[in-house]
Amino acid sequence: MNNLHVATPEIFLLVAVCTVLVVDLFQTDKRRVVTYWLSQATLVITLALCFGQLGDEPVTAFNGAYTMDSMSATLKCWILGIALLGFLYSRDYIGERDIQNGEYYVLGLFGVGGMMIMVSANNMLSIYLGLELLALSLYAMVALYRTSSRAAEAAMKYFVLGALASGMLLYGMSMVYGATGSLDLATINNIIASAVEGGSDSDESVYRSLGARFGLTFIIVGVAFKLGAVPFHMWLPDVYEGAPTSVTLYIATAPKIAAFAMVIRLLVDALPTLHSDWQQMLAILAALSLIVGNLVAIAQSNIKRMLAYSTISHVGFLLLGIVAGTAEGYSAAMFYAVTYAFTTLAAFGVLLAISANGYEADELVSLSGLARRKPLLAMVMMLSLISLAGVPPLVGFYAKLSVLKAVIGADFLWLAVVGVIMSVIGAFYYLRAIKLMYFDEPIADTVEVSETVGTDTTKDNEAIVTSAPSLSGPIAVRGDVGLGLAINGAAVILFGIFPGLIMAACIRAFT
Amino acid sequence: MGGALITAGRFIGPSNPNAEKNSPYECGFEAFEDARMKFDVRYYLVAILFIIFDLEIAFLVPWAVVLDSISPAAFGAMALFLFILVIGFIYEWKKGALEWE
Repeated sequence: MNNLHVATPEIFLLVAVCTVLVVDLFQTDKRRVVTYWLSQATLVITLALCFGQLGDEPVTAFNGAYTMDSMSATLKCWILGIALLGFLYSRDYIGERDIQNGEYYVLGLFGVGGMMIMVSANNMLSIYLGLELLALSLYAMVALYRTSSRAAEAAMKYFVLGALASGMLLYGMSMVYGATGSLDLATINNIIASAVEGGSDSDESVYRSLGARFGLTFIIVGVAFKLGAVPFHMWLPDVYEGAPTSVTLYIATAPKIAAFAMVIRLLVDALPTLHSDWQQMLAILAALSLIVGNLVAIAQSNIKRMLAYSTISHVGFLLLGIVAGTAEGYSAAMFYAVTYAFTTLAAFGVLLAISANGYEADELVSLSGLARRKPLLAMVMMLSLISLAGVPPLVGFYAKLSVLKAVIGADFLWLAVVGVIMSVIGAFYYLRAIKLMYFDEPIADTVEVSETVGTDTTKDNEAIVTSAPSLSGPIAVRGDVGLGLAINGAAVILFGIFPGLIMAACIRAFT
Repeated sequence: MGGALITAGRFIGPSNPNAEKNSPYECGFEAFEDARMKFDVRYYLVAILFIIFDLEIAFLVPWAVVLDSISPAAFGAMALFLFILVIGFIYEWKKGALEWE
């Protein structure tokens, strides 16, 4: 019936989330051990189902509203893997705080479902459905930290601006629908292609291509909002800073992959004939994002804010690949999105590990002397940051290289120059954080902290450590979190040396 | 018919107007006061819970009307929809959202 098997991973995920939701209701323990493991099991099984779809022939389902192709299968695997590690890193952080634990996992899983739908969507409405499922989960997740007024403020900002962006996107979609009479991406493409070919011969083709261009503008605005490209980036630093770090991790990683897929579906699958139109707009967005993101990040003292501006600059890089408008450029952008997501994941994972015992590691100085307090964390953080800066042989270098190569190939030399200059400037704030970790002394403990007995946290494998936060002593990291971070850090090196492992899948997605 | 009913109501119905009755009616709130007054968040809660079942009915009625002529798949789809709603209902019940105090 309707190729239902195409959506097996999503159907399984939905059923499992409903189960987790109901099981969670009957949990009494505050840390939600059962919910956590059930959520992880859900992600693992869904990942296995998606993995089984890799390499299958492209099929559509639900009357063309849904598709399974090489790009969607690959990106879904990455989204699920990143969510898996993200839950692992977040577990202690949310367990210690006044955050509704069960809801965090359930909303996180629903968000993953939304991302999977976005990645697989083949129809304007299914794109929007997936986007809203993700966005609504994210709004609620930011607000979950109910005792923090900054989280409430961030959630409010995110909600208002996100709703505005969704409105813009829908407006654009409705215009494209008005111009073509279809919501199906392939049909839209055919109709607009023949309208553009028709040129000014008939009134109908003029109206169609004009209407589609008008809609395209709004679609670009909506997409830029969701990606966080300048000048539609203002929500991003505030949300990153105000949200609990575990939620910032969630927002900063997998949704970027989904947003990339949304851009590809909307611009490349549906409106490729208007390429020369959206190329100009994206080129400006990319250049502005690169400049503003990198320059403003230098001025930040809050590390979450710094990483937010770093995200903005990386969105600029990601857009460069799409600006190029070639298969090579799209696969470079896909590579960029995936590698950026798991590199940032490692950085936030380290921040979450430092934020133990109720201490909130959100200032840059909280990284001071990290190499002496916990070498593993400092190592992973360093790998992640210099990969984001684009230093070879780490994965960030190859990502930047392939994107720049694509953009030069498309005769956008000035954009490549902006990209290179800005990544050199950007290296400053990444290196500053590394200097803090490796060359600075840990900040001294305050008096109120030293009055407690056990400031030296022992190798306590239990999640709850009763002593007050120490800012200079060693940091206890759970075994599984340490292992996850080590794998994450190793991936940053491994895929940097062998980028072909990911690149092959990215190239296959666009051939 | 409509005109007759209104006219009949105008003449036959008892009429004891007072200031309260003649003032504009606004859902239990004072009609003219500061728009930014605080009121109980429970109103929103009830409204949200109401929406779930309101939409459910809006969706169920047309389905029920054509029930004879639709396929078993449509029946299954509605069963699935109701099942998902029931999960939401269990959630709100267990979380205590239905308790006024």
